[in-house]
Amino acid sequence: MRALVLLLMLFAVLPLRAEEVVAGLSQDRVSLTVNFEGSEILIFGAIRREAPLPADSTLDVAVAIEGPPMPAIIWRKARRAGIWVNTERQDVRAAPSFYAVASTAPLRDILSPEADLTYRISPRLAIFEARGTVDVHDPAVFTEALIRIREREGLYQQLDGAVNLQRDTLFSTRITLPKQIVEGRYDARIFLLREGEVIDEFETFIDVRKAVFERWLFNLAYEQPFIYGLMALAIAVFFGWGASALFRFVRS
Amino acid sequence: MQVYLPIAETSVNAFTLLGVGGGVGVLSGMFGVGGGFLITPLLFFIGVPPAIAVATGVNQVVASSISGVLAHLKRKTVDLRMGMVLLIGGLIGSIIGIWFFNLMQRLGQIDLIVQLSYVIFLGIIGALMFQEALRALMRAKDPNARRRKLHVHTWVHNLPLKMKFRASGLYISVFPPLAVGIGVGILAAVMGVGGGFILVPAMIYLLGMPTKVVIGTSLFQVTFVAAFTTMMHAVTNQSVDVLLALFLIIGGVVGAQIGTRVGLKLGAEQLRILLALLVLSVAGKIAFDLLWTPAELYSVTVPRQF
Repeated sequence: MRALVLLLMLFAVLPLRAEEVVAGLSQDRVSLTVNFEGSEILIFGAIRREAPLPADSTLDVAVAIEGPPMPAIIWRKARRAGIWVNTERQDVRAAPSFYAVASTAPLRDILSPEADLTYRISPRLAIFEARGTVDVHDPAVFTEALIRIREREGLYQQLDGAVNLQRDTLFSTRITLPKQIVEGRYDARIFLLREGEVIDEFETFIDVRKAVFERWLFNLAYEQPFIYGLMALAIAVFFGWGASALFRFVRS
Repeated sequence: MQVYLPIAETSVNAFTLLGVGGGVGVLSGMFGVGGGFLITPLLFFIGVPPAIAVATGVNQVVASSISGVLAHLKRKTVDLRMGMVLLIGGLIGSIIGIWFFNLMQRLGQIDLIVQLSYVIFLGIIGALMFQEALRALMRAKDPNARRRKLHVHTWVHNLPLKMKFRASGLYISVFPPLAVGIGVGILAAVMGVGGGFILVPAMIYLLGMPTKVVIGTSLFQVTFVAAFTTMMHAVTNQSVDVLLALFLIIGGVVGAQIGTRVGLKLGAEQLRILLALLVLSVAGKIAFDLLWTPAELYSVTVPRQF
């Protein structure tokens, strides 16, 4: 509801443009709790226009959600002495840990390559290979492999036709954040497209955080690893010794 | 029911984890093995990253061997002096192993190294156990079979720095037990195992220790080396997941109690053959993964940075 109120307020204060997009999210906060199994985000919004609806072109909407970018190493295996070994690598300076694009139609039909380059909408353009360390002759194959692997894990998603646009005014789509997402600020961008060009853009964020207990464990592991290690050992000793003592007690 | 593992940063089914811990616990209770060499590969199979599986597996070893070592200490079936020498070797080995582990992780080869060591060691141990169990079966049928000589002195036992190990009735150089300890320490760090499956035969055949102190002394060494290795993994690469460990330990301690009862009712030799076959099949599955052309030639690793 808060999002809807915000949306209405935005309607009131935005400066005039031919067509403008305003949008909201079903939740702007995702908490990674002990039983986290993934989360579905509903993205909805409306198009506000002052002038009458242009008749000569169609309106399209694309929604992109991008997780915090991180460096990565892509390995390729080759057979060495009969076994499969990682042999070649391509370093990636930054690749989004999560990337989903939903659109009313396939991206290549509604988005010109120039606009794509400017706004970096398709997943391929969100990945930045490391320069200078290129020791493979086909870096593009490695980047495609990265996209392929992450698509299989549900971390990268291309959802053509998943945005539902009603009467050129109201739109909505659902994007699933899988269970293995990392923490951080997720950037949600909504684009209005006509004739391959971006005519308006709206940006908002989703905050993905570990819940209190998970956060505490994670911080302890990284900031006080010695104490964390002692705790791990204490748990092992307590349960290992405690359980056998308990069973002995039960038996006698 | 899924559990989110904060260090592994993924969710795994809680009942799968309890099942893995419990199943391995039953086996360890039945056969008197620590079970680390089964837990770690099973964790690979259910999708836990290898580095986390190794470090958490070694934490689980502490839990599964602590009550055993306390019982043996009470019964005075631990050669403390030998245990200390093996332990010093184990700590040195653990440091070497952790260094090697972190180096291989940086080079992107840790999965390969871990898998290769599993294939080699599980393959050898499985084959030896199988052969030993078969021979024992034969011996049981033939009561007049010749008994093996208890222990043979070779030149390695006569190296300098000789020491008296009263509880074991040995007067040998400290270098062989030190070397055995180092080897086991390396394995503990790289494979996430206690190393009892290497240590016990090494103590009997290489060092010539009497069997009555072998189990207690090996548990003594394994517990402390595993505890030290857990600390090293936690401090150097933050790969111990306590939540994962908790589920494995709970499943494991309950399973071990069941396994002990079951083990008492079944014939020991048939059990040994079963365990040998199980070990061989785990080794076979990992070997198959290395030899078979993978469906995906590429893999992605995310370096940890702060």
